[in-house]
Amino acid sequence: MIAVESLAKSFGSIRAVDGISFTVNKGEILGFLGPNGAGKSTTMKMITTFLPPTSGSAKVADFDIWENPLEVRARIGYLPESAPSYKDMNVYDFLMFTAEVRGYDGEERKNRVMRMLETCNLKDVAWQLIDTLSKGYRQRVGFAQALLHDPEYLVLDEPTDGLDPNQKQEVRALIRRMGREKCIILSTHILEEVEAVCSRAIIIGNGKIVADGTPEALRSRSALYGAVTLELTGAETAGALADLQKITGVERVVELNDEDRPPKPASENGNTAKDGKSSLRVRLFPKKGFAIAHEAAQFVHQRKWEVDAFTLEKGDLNEVFYNLTRGGQA
Amino acid sequence: MRNLKAVLKRELRGYFESPVAYVFIIIFLLATAGCTFFISRFFDSRVASLDPFFVWHPWLYLFLVPAVGMRLWSEERKSGTIELLFTLPITLIEAIAGKFLAAWLFVGIALLLTFPMVATVAYLGSPDYGIIVTSYIGSFLLAGAYLAVTCLFSAMSKNQVISFVLSVVACFAMLMLGAGVFTDFLNGFLPVGISEAISAFSFFTHFQSFQRGLLDSRSIIYFISLIGFMLTANAVVLEMKKAE
Repeated sequence: MIAVESLAKSFGSIRAVDGISFTVNKGEILGFLGPNGAGKSTTMKMITTFLPPTSGSAKVADFDIWENPLEVRARIGYLPESAPSYKDMNVYDFLMFTAEVRGYDGEERKNRVMRMLETCNLKDVAWQLIDTLSKGYRQRVGFAQALLHDPEYLVLDEPTDGLDPNQKQEVRALIRRMGREKCIILSTHILEEVEAVCSRAIIIGNGKIVADGTPEALRSRSALYGAVTLELTGAETAGALADLQKITGVERVVELNDEDRPPKPASENGNTAKDGKSSLRVRLFPKKGFAIAHEAAQFVHQRKWEVDAFTLEKGDLNEVFYNLTRGGQA
Repeated sequence: MRNLKAVLKRELRGYFESPVAYVFIIIFLLATAGCTFFISRFFDSRVASLDPFFVWHPWLYLFLVPAVGMRLWSEERKSGTIELLFTLPITLIEAIAGKFLAAWLFVGIALLLTFPMVATVAYLGSPDYGIIVTSYIGSFLLAGAYLAVTCLFSAMSKNQVISFVLSVVACFAMLMLGAGVFTDFLNGFLPVGISEAISAFSFFTHFQSFQRGLLDSRSIIYFISLIGFMLTANAVVLEMKKAE
């Protein structure tokens, strides 16, 4: 368990982290979200004992970061932001060095390093200087270094930064797999990553926790959550808008224009021409606590409108994130 | 201890796997030999003594030792590997001592490679081997003191050039405290006792006692405690600066 209690850090007059508390248990993958400079990295640096907190404390496996930093470090695998490594060494030597410091020697040390080269797909570049590797490979070297001692706790600062889409998928799968037996904290500013990987997310803004919950629960704070988006043909615009308002549980109906959808080729442009009939895009927002999908489907069916698209909006984490981190309300 | 060894090994390998080691050793050997033979006119003196060899060490070290040590912490801070190092189960003392000893050992290896000088005087006459041994010890301690100063300034800046320049200036100051010109200047307005006390802090004064064939415990303690002091300051600076 990682238990963080009113952790704070000031740099001069700047309050980078301002009293953060949370706990992460085994089997949990906690995503740290926040804009750049929100205090994600600083919090991670304190948990991994690199920076001493200005006030507050944190415990990793019941070891205090201040009183027992070496015990904490021994149990954590840490991938710092942008995965620093000794560039004048080759991959194998670098991992051998970390293995030595982690307390392995002889065959065991070699075996561990070989296994990591395998796990992180580094075998082909094992004898290359880290200096000559691409960003993706360096990130994997950072991963290998963090996983080498099979730690119970993993702290990953932007683990998929600089990877191509395939590599991102690989790394996410790896994290999910490890998440079953480990306790993982990762930071990211890619929101889809949180949805894909994390069992829980904390949003940090200006050094404070502004939201804490499952990605699902956070999404539900979005205004879009539970809204229904319709694309109709054969409905008369003004009449339909007023008509749709009658559906039980609908708070408001909004007509969407083309700005809201991805651009189409010029030939298909416009929301009017389709077999001579007009097409309409509307979004129905539910009142609080109402589920309107079912009602809306029935209503549209009764009116015998042609439905080109029917989407139940799952809520937009981007929007929640945007509102929370810019002082707005979600 | 085990981690100290790991850091030391890594650092020492770093020297020999890059051109730094070879450039340094070649320049050091050429410079010591060049100064001894061409400037001190070793052969003209017709004395089988290594005095004209050792007398140049404080001046050559002044530039060469900071060149060896400047990257020790600057590089770690610049590339961000310091975050890696201090989140591994290594203590600050192990890391500092490991790096310092690696660089000191490296300079020591370069110093040992000057053995042809000893062979030369041994061939030409019968030198006082005692003085040669104490001079080597003194030279090695002197290099350690320069290096400890360099470590401190290396921790202060992410920029190696700045670390180098500051180290050279600081080492030069520590050297000049005991130079005749400076002491005479101080004597002009300070009581002799004080100017002597100041010159007692000089690298020069203490190095000279080794050149006279003395293993003066005061000088040994001076160098060791100076190294200790500089490395402690190094630790304090690192703790303060690592967040930047």
